Amino acid sequence: MIPELGYGALVVGVLLALYGAAAAAAGARTGRTALVESAQHAALGVFGLVTAALLLLVYAFLTFDFSVRYVAINTNLETPFYYRITAVWGALEGSIILWSWMLALYTLIVILRHRHNAREFYPWVITVMLSVLAFFLLVMTIPAPPFERLTPVPANGRGLNPLLQDSGMITHPIALYLGFTGFTVPFAFAIAALVTGRVGDRWITLTRRWTIVAWYFLSLGLLIGGWWSYHVLGWGGYWAWDPVENAAFMPWLTGTAFLHSVMIQERRRMLKLWNIGLVTLTFSLTLFGTFLTRSGVIASVHAFTQGSIGAFFLTFLSLVVLTALGLLAWRWDVLGAEGELDSIVSRESAFLLNNVLLIAATFTVFFGTVFPLLSEAARGVKVSVGAPFFNQVNVPLFLGLIFLMGVGPLIAWRRASLDNLRRNFLWPVGIGLAAAAVFFALGVRSAVAGLTLALTIFVATTIAVDYLRARRARRRMGEALMPAMGGLLVRHNRRYGGFVIHLGILVIAVGITGSQAWSLQREATLKRGEAVQIAGYTFRFDGLSARENGNHFLVESVFNVTNGGAGARRMHPAKKFYPQEQSPIAHVDYTLGFVEDLYLVLGDFERDGSQATVKVQVNRMVSWIWIGGLVLTLGAGLAIIPERKKTA
Amino acid sequence: MSLKPKFVVGIAVVAAALAYMIYAGVTQSAVYFITPSELSASPLPGKAYRLGGMVEKGSVRWTPATLDLSFSISDGVAKVPVRHHGTPPDLFGEGRGAVVEGKWTAAGYFQATQIMAKHSEEYKAPHDGTKPGYQELMKSLRSAEK
Repeated sequence: MIPELGYGALVVGVLLALYGAAAAAAGARTGRTALVESAQHAALGVFGLVTAALLLLVYAFLTFDFSVRYVAINTNLETPFYYRITAVWGALEGSIILWSWMLALYTLIVILRHRHNAREFYPWVITVMLSVLAFFLLVMTIPAPPFERLTPVPANGRGLNPLLQDSGMITHPIALYLGFTGFTVPFAFAIAALVTGRVGDRWITLTRRWTIVAWYFLSLGLLIGGWWSYHVLGWGGYWAWDPVENAAFMPWLTGTAFLHSVMIQERRRMLKLWNIGLVTLTFSLTLFGTFLTRSGVIASVHAFTQGSIGAFFLTFLSLVVLTALGLLAWRWDVLGAEGELDSIVSRESAFLLNNVLLIAATFTVFFGTVFPLLSEAARGVKVSVGAPFFNQVNVPLFLGLIFLMGVGPLIAWRRASLDNLRRNFLWPVGIGLAAAAVFFALGVRSAVAGLTLALTIFVATTIAVDYLRARRARRRMGEALMPAMGGLLVRHNRRYGGFVIHLGILVIAVGITGSQAWSLQREATLKRGEAVQIAGYTFRFDGLSARENGNHFLVESVFNVTNGGAGARRMHPAKKFYPQEQSPIAHVDYTLGFVEDLYLVLGDFERDGSQATVKVQVNRMVSWIWIGGLVLTLGAGLAIIPERKKTA
Repeated sequence: MSLKPKFVVGIAVVAAALAYMIYAGVTQSAVYFITPSELSASPLPGKAYRLGGMVEKGSVRWTPATLDLSFSISDGVAKVPVRHHGTPPDLFGEGRGAVVEGKWTAAGYFQATQIMAKHSEEYKAPHDGTKPGYQELMKSLRSAEK
């Protein structure tokens, strides 16, 4: 009965969402507010229905309703309570339901926030959002039904993939989907701007904070994904250029480009066409990512289920792109720029180059990801390009972007004078060069590492120069030191939020550089009492123990870790044996440190505990990536504080 | 959007540089996916491959003391001896699918630098490379590819 209710809610949801979309559009065309109000009620109804469906699915999981196929596949009687809830979005069908729920929630927030302040766009925004929502609900009624029955009803389910039984996997999809669905809002406004012909900067001002929120959640989702990969998968890395990762990274790249290019439109009334195109591309890439990873056209280690869902996404994606292109062609005459680029040495130009590099990176990732398809279609051979390709092409682009991160925010608009350049960049360039020399003297020989670190120092100095100058200016106006600092951050919160986000990215860049350049690893087979040494640490193998541990059986090793004379510490890398899995799964033991992490993975072992093979890694500066994520969070928080009314 | 010629030139330069970087990147890091039959038919030493197949039953030799792993990868028609230095990954096992990345050596074995093992729920063990089951095998193996 419960599953039928859930299915029913989704079917009614599709119809209601379609009605709401049509009613809002009709209301916008005829000017009849009653229709728009009716669409609002429909949106509210859809939100209620999706919420009900989500709760019914949670209920099915909590009550072990194995007559529901999705529940039977993703849980079993041994699954702990909280993983039974998170198992809801552990696979495709539930992910789509979570996605839809977030989209419905965003739609509701848009209604609440913009009902009065965006009258000209508002009905069309509702139309677009409800149409997208209708598509996702349709996916759940045909190709990916979460409430599909299973007969005969099994006595026990298969269980949640053990790799997903981790806190990172609880939060990663939520953040990621909040990011993906978040970009629907600026996209909906862009389409509304096109339809109404009001392609000025109004839609951008209205969606500015939406964009930051979506971008932030997408960043957070990527970072949590990296953290999960790092501490669960046991290969000691956080990013593998896997198609699934790339699928989420592409909209991040274009979203980042959009975040920057809108500033040029606000300031100089240029790039109208570009901005609408960019947000459409970002939104399309969120759909494309789902198509790519769920359709089975590109195989991935993440190995999701396959089915007709690919065709659904591809059709909808084509519809979105064609509609956007059609509208662009229709409104071509109003999309011209009112300002124009004056000089290459200007802020516009720096932002433009930032966009070019980000799009180039997007294209690179796209090309590398679909390369096996291309080569198979063109030459009939299956050729793939791996991490070396992505690193080789992207590293120069990212270095360029870091450089621009220092230049863009400080250089003058329109045309930078020599005096402007000297005033802003003399110190940063000097300090950056000095830093390069220091790093070289300290023994940094890798060109990429040296360059990244020097550029990081350069950018950090530009931020410091800007901040100190602004503070001095306020102090001269007679403000006390602390209020001057706080006042700056709050009153120019968008600018300083951006700076803090830049700092976060720098910290992440340093972490990536350090971990790539200076991490060490060794593999060894040890008899009990024997030790392996790496980077000044001694890891002595002290034996194995085994025990039942909730829903799995755990074989745990004991390692005594010493570093010179410093105190000993014990580490316990283990293997987990899940009854439903054919193979054991490594359980990494790690310590996190500001400079280095110790990271132990248990490999093969003798059952009597006399011998074990272990992989020992000393991973350098990986923590900086997570710390950078926290800085990013602060910056994003600062950037979305509502701007104060300017006091004279 | 009206752009002055110098900007058009600038963007063209960036695009050309990108095209070159992508071209160079592809030529340097392209890895061919092949089957044991294809490799046996034309073994080319020194070229980077991803070799996919089944780990032959009874072929796995793992020497913990030296971390040496050797096994055969088969597609039901041909089998290829593989050597690897390092612990076998979690999902690796006899009678299961695996994809190994590495190079064919003149000494007559495949030197793997990386083993990607995967278990697939739908997978049905094929016995003859010409039977339809083989297609299923290759499908499940290719999906083990990164």
